[in-house]
Amino acid sequence: MAEAVFAVAAVLMLAGAVGVVASRNPVHAALFLVQTLVGVAVLFVLNDAHFLAAVQVVVYAGAIVILFLFVIMLLGVDKAEELSIEPIFGQRPLAAVVGAALVAVLGTVVVTGADVLTGLRRAGGDRALDGDATDIERMGRVLFSEFAFAVEITAALLTVAVVGAVILTRRASRSDGSATADTAAS
Amino acid sequence: MDLAGLSVGWYLALSVVLFAIGGVGLLVRRNPLVMFMCVELMLNAVNVAFVALGAGLNDVGGQVAVFFVLVVAATEVVIGLALVVAINRRRSGATADDVSLLKG
Repeated sequence: MAEAVFAVAAVLMLAGAVGVVASRNPVHAALFLVQTLVGVAVLFVLNDAHFLAAVQVVVYAGAIVILFLFVIMLLGVDKAEELSIEPIFGQRPLAAVVGAALVAVLGTVVVTGADVLTGLRRAGGDRALDGDATDIERMGRVLFSEFAFAVEITAALLTVAVVGAVILTRRASRSDGSATADTAAS
Repeated sequence: MDLAGLSVGWYLALSVVLFAIGGVGLLVRRNPLVMFMCVELMLNAVNVAFVALGAGLNDVGGQVAVFFVLVVAATEVVIGLALVVAINRRRSGATADDVSLLKG
């Protein structure tokens, strides 16, 4: 059963990923991205990470892709793009070579190292996955004990990102001198 | 855990392929929005590897790592899209190739 679910989710994900790379229209790419993200959520459920699966669908497939679609519509770039022109000579073949090399190198690591990795260490205590607690309870315990400092840093990061986004997209006001040059240029 | 017959290696292999597709897309596409989507693909490939290895090691640390990756991905998208909007306000229809305009 698990194998069948894995196979379906994997095919869904890879088809979506190829769609993102190959589709001419950015809107189609965003919709293919949703397909891949839902496939990833299915794999999370398969690994008993139910909370992460829910977050994946809500935050990624919901919020982030909607943000992409908002920007696509805002900029009006929702028209087909000419993919046949190749601005840098040899870019596509070189990209294919780089991709093949990535698969080869990482694939070698996986094939030769998977057993080593999985046999390395088994966690106990709060971090073990085979206890009675639900996955969200375990994550909460670890996040607010062992990773408490990282959570605080994350909060600071989010604040910085929000302030940065507001400043970056702010229209310059006409009151100061540099701003008038700004609006004249645009 | 329902992992009988489905070893961590399969998840890692899938993650490798997804990462490579995202990387090739990042190199090939010129629309900055689509390039960001390819970065998301690569981040998701890493998430799959984290969760699968966490399940294999019986450790919730993999899921915690995915949680932080999610947060960083969200901030990255917010800042990246803000930059795209700011650049497009100056030069509408800008692509990644227009970086060559910076050449002196």
